[in-house]
Amino acid sequence: MRTLTYAQAIREAHAQMLALDARVFVIGQGLWSPWYAGSSLEGLDREFGCARVVDTPVSENAVTGMAVGAALAGLRPIVFHPRMDFMLLAMDPIVNQAANWSYLFGRDSGVPLVIRSVINRGGEQGAQHSQALHAMFMHVPGLKVVMPSTPADAKGLLMVAMADPGPVLYIDDRWLYAESGEVPAQPFTVKIGEAAVRREGSDVTLIGISWMASECVRAAGILEREGIDAEVIDLRSLKPWDKEMVAASVSRTGRAVVADGGWRSAGASADVAAEISERVFDHLLAPVARVALPDAPAPANRAEEQAYYPGAEQIAAAARALLDRGTAGRVKRAAA
Amino acid sequence: MTPETEWLLERWQTMTLIRRTEERIAGMVESGEVRCPCHLYIGQEAVAAGVCAALTTADTVWGGHRSHGHYLAKGGSLAGLFGEVLLKATGCAGGRGGSMHLAAPEVGILGTVPIVAGTVPLAAGAAFAYKLRGEDTVAVAFFGDGALEEGQVHESMNLAALYRLPLVLICENNLYASHLHWSERRVADNLYRAGEFHSVPGEKVDGNDVITVHTAARTAVERARCGEGPALIECRTFRWRGHVGASFDLDVGVERRGELAEWLPRDPLRRLADKLIERGVEDLAQREQAIEVRIGIAVEEARAAPQPEPEQWEVACAR
Repeated sequence: MRTLTYAQAIREAHAQMLALDARVFVIGQGLWSPWYAGSSLEGLDREFGCARVVDTPVSENAVTGMAVGAALAGLRPIVFHPRMDFMLLAMDPIVNQAANWSYLFGRDSGVPLVIRSVINRGGEQGAQHSQALHAMFMHVPGLKVVMPSTPADAKGLLMVAMADPGPVLYIDDRWLYAESGEVPAQPFTVKIGEAAVRREGSDVTLIGISWMASECVRAAGILEREGIDAEVIDLRSLKPWDKEMVAASVSRTGRAVVADGGWRSAGASADVAAEISERVFDHLLAPVARVALPDAPAPANRAEEQAYYPGAEQIAAAARALLDRGTAGRVKRAAA
Repeated sequence: MTPETEWLLERWQTMTLIRRTEERIAGMVESGEVRCPCHLYIGQEAVAAGVCAALTTADTVWGGHRSHGHYLAKGGSLAGLFGEVLLKATGCAGGRGGSMHLAAPEVGILGTVPIVAGTVPLAAGAAFAYKLRGEDTVAVAFFGDGALEEGQVHESMNLAALYRLPLVLICENNLYASHLHWSERRVADNLYRAGEFHSVPGEKVDGNDVITVHTAARTAVERARCGEGPALIECRTFRWRGHVGASFDLDVGVERRGELAEWLPRDPLRRLADKLIERGVEDLAQREQAIEVRIGIAVEEARAAPQPEPEQWEVACAR
């Protein structure tokens, strides 16, 4: 199979959908500039025309609302926010309108809309160009949220999002754009709500989200050298997320580390940890550990950035700490 | 009867239907039978009736929290409206929305929502879809004077002008946003000029005169249909009742400035009825009675209808 980068896979999904379905159009900031979206949208305007690949004024709120209205009128829009931070200006059309519409107005009134936003942290960009806000949107009934970590999923999840009858928030990560991997050339979809096992293991389950899923794979490599056999699950979808796969894995390993590139408090990792506790408490050998961002805005200074963003080392350390507890927790509970 | 008289009579029918329906709803609010918040349109009927008479069934209408009038003028079902305000499964939103969430896609009402200005960019998006598909359909956004204080209306006007979208913006200036008079929210009384900066032409009309409203709307709609882009019409009017609920001239606990006495003689429905009587129409009372009968049937139908099923929650959200 041929190899694409994550960014190329996103572009290919766009191009194939634009070619296959006349209802599809892309709208948002930076679509005609190679700078905003990297190579993930490169040349689509020239290939499909500026009427269907629309670079807009800086009006996140109304542009997103227009995408909602166009979806209600029968089109299949992808609205693009080159930084997730900017998308906060569009909370009304996303949360009040798109998410609620089909509940309010019935089955035939779905909003088949993809809201694509990019997490683009690091590079000394500071607090308003770095935020990973997926947990806010996971909270909202009526929205689906997907976050691919591999090139194949970047394509398959975008294509499934575009086929979905409701609004799907597709969040990609600039730190993954250069990652390469095998991607089917034909159009294909990855089921929303289905996680992927990236590595099988028996001692601990590492559950990663987006960028942190790829860090979990690296962490498993570190742990392997220490004789610890880690299973890695890439959630891929956050709303709904694959509770069954996670529960089944943790019930075998007895230990779980949840790694998320968002904040810790009320974050995606908190929801995963809570579900694990509710579903497989009796199998746990240790409390569920979380590796997430500290509850602080993103710093700008490079040294501070390095301290702020956790990665494979922190995930491996969290897993090690769980192993160090032995099986005391279970023995104690069994005795009680 | 001349075609012109016939046309006026049709508008009178629409406006009377809105007025009597809302009076019935007001009674049901006072008796406690209707519990969801109802924002009554009484006093503004000429705007909905005049604008919607310029539209085809395919043209879409987008509204806000005060949209019973838009819904009825565009042809939404009466039973669906009463079902919705009573939160019944037969309501036009399946009993999931209430008075502030009305839809009748079969006649072009894609949705009304109580987020001020919330549907304005949606209407622009629908207009974008019509244009991209090469259709001659027009989208109409109804909103109040308060909505022009929302950024997304200005963003939408710029986008609609830039892309020359078939969008008509109807600002119903009833002088108050909730309890606040326009002069407490704005220095100048010039809402019709709000689009100037975005190259959206604007016009101010007497919103209590259905003919004036219709003439302006028809020009704007035809302009939009021909690909000449959006237009804004400020319809000056007054709502007789408070911001929400049934009481006259009282706004969420705050007395207004006594304008009701000035506006009652400008009753859009009375003005139209007088015109019809001048033209020799003699059976308005009988026609009104027939409308009351229709309303009575719709109310009874809604009362007898079942509640929505709570167990459908998760299914509805997973769609």
